[in-house]
Amino acid sequence: MSAAAGQLRRGRPRGLWTGRIFLGFLIVSLSIGFLTLGALLVQVFVEGYKWVDPVLFFEPPSADPLIAGARPAILATIYLGILLILFSVPLGVGTAIYLEEYADRDRWYNRMLEINIQNLAAVPSIVYGILGLAFLVRGIGLGRVLLAGALILTLLVLPTVIIAAREAIRAVPDSIRQGAYALGATKWQVVWRQVLPASIPGIATGSILALSRGLGETAPLLLVGALTYVSFNPTVLGDFTALPVQIYQWIARPQEEFRTLAAAGILVLLAILLTLNAFAIWLRNRYERRW
Amino acid sequence: MATRVEAQQQPLRLRATRRRWGEDVVKVVLALCAFVSVATTVGIVVALFAPAFEFFGEISIVDFLTGRNWAPLFEPPSFGVLPLIAGTLLVTACAALVCIPFGLGSAIYLSEYAQPRTRKFLKPALEVLAGIPTVVYGYFALTFVTPLLQDLGLGVGVFSALAAGLVMGVMLLPTVASISEDSMSAVPRDLRDGAYALGSTRLHVSTLIVVPAAISGIIASFVLAISRAVGETMIVLIAAGGQPNWTWNPFEAVQTMTAFVAATGQGDVPTGSLEYKTIFAVGATLFVMTFFMNVIAIRLVRRFREVYE
Repeated sequence: MSAAAGQLRRGRPRGLWTGRIFLGFLIVSLSIGFLTLGALLVQVFVEGYKWVDPVLFFEPPSADPLIAGARPAILATIYLGILLILFSVPLGVGTAIYLEEYADRDRWYNRMLEINIQNLAAVPSIVYGILGLAFLVRGIGLGRVLLAGALILTLLVLPTVIIAAREAIRAVPDSIRQGAYALGATKWQVVWRQVLPASIPGIATGSILALSRGLGETAPLLLVGALTYVSFNPTVLGDFTALPVQIYQWIARPQEEFRTLAAAGILVLLAILLTLNAFAIWLRNRYERRW
Repeated sequence: MATRVEAQQQPLRLRATRRRWGEDVVKVVLALCAFVSVATTVGIVVALFAPAFEFFGEISIVDFLTGRNWAPLFEPPSFGVLPLIAGTLLVTACAALVCIPFGLGSAIYLSEYAQPRTRKFLKPALEVLAGIPTVVYGYFALTFVTPLLQDLGLGVGVFSALAAGLVMGVMLLPTVASISEDSMSAVPRDLRDGAYALGSTRLHVSTLIVVPAAISGIIASFVLAISRAVGETMIVLIAAGGQPNWTWNPFEAVQTMTAFVAATGQGDVPTGSLEYKTIFAVGATLFVMTFFMNVIAIRLVRRFREVYE
């Protein structure tokens, strides 16, 4: 008995050091991400915190860094956010409902639609900018206006919204649908009164994350003309510059003071985006339902 | 009496008694929403390729794809796209050197080593990296990484492919880590338990069992990260420089395809001019490159989903 147990004891541990070195490599891998994140936040904060002041929020941009602010850019980013939600949520949720509840998976065009959305999610953002330049700004002659920027950002984040909404809708158990049908509900009544209310937390989380992604985009806005000097408050059909574009303009200037101003602008942008992300995660944890 | 029995034997009618037009309208409206995505794809293809074909009517496509001199604004102009492609690949290679080994390392740690409680905290924390706007990474590359490289004695200038590529690699870490981790988590427990029962160490289970079993998802994450590196604009626009440069030296400044498009498209280029059409020729090249990588990545992801889920 004791002899048998003895044979199960481990002998000299083999590969102990290889294992430790491997674990060390894994921890280094993970640390690189976090160290960079930390360095980035510290760098931006140390450089920029002194310049986050009323001037930044309430003054228009200027050639003199001491009195230059980002009021038009911040306002435009808020307008862009509102339009983005107004356009992308109905379109995205509508598409998701179509794909999950109505589309016949065996039809070739529905399968193509799915693959198409996955592909769109990975198209480089600058390509959306080219689309906006060719069709919206020059093609239909909308010009370099805020609406063109909002439409392009909508198309950019639409796949993200669709994918999130589909997952939320798919998570609603079939028994709920069957129950509603058994009581005589029509298809739309089932979707509108049962499936959608149950999937709202997931859809809201996905939409806010998409909003945060859209508001941080710079490249497509450069192509639809957000690089103009704007000293007045933006309007939907007027010239505009968004906060990330304003930051890019400041970074591109040679004077050291504008770099500092850019850091201050980044702090504002990060505060907006990280708040949105935190809110989305909170929503998910608070309202997520396990069926 | 007889008729009564017949009536009872009639099958129950389950079909709707009347057509509900509202239901049809709803379906059409939803299908129209879905159509927007299709229209976007068609729009992208038309917007890119129609002017690109006009461009190739004036400039030979062979000269475009094999020329080593990109100087569209010079007299005489030269339209060889290779320097832009080389610049893109150089930055992408620097990014891949960071995001592939360390992204995979992070994924293995999260999937095989971390306690569930630690993972629940670490995973979203790592995702924060993916939520930071690219313009911020550009600022970080220019004001922190470039001086750091200079302090280390590497011969980099104010703009370099290396600084932009390293920062881009960190930005893409979560892409590699989260897709790889998903595919490793999808590997059934039985495989791991079997290997442990045969006396394997955690190192062996991770590298010889889990990674090979999840390989299609892992490769998909690499391909997707590389595709995103090729398409990334702001970091290279800010930190890699603005001059086309036919070089394989990462310490030098380069211009990528995306940076050229952004730099040219933001100005007041006259519609229909040859310079305007270069945006679309380069954009189409970029789109074709990323499109094929994305198709490969999507197929690979689908495969690991089919195998284990």
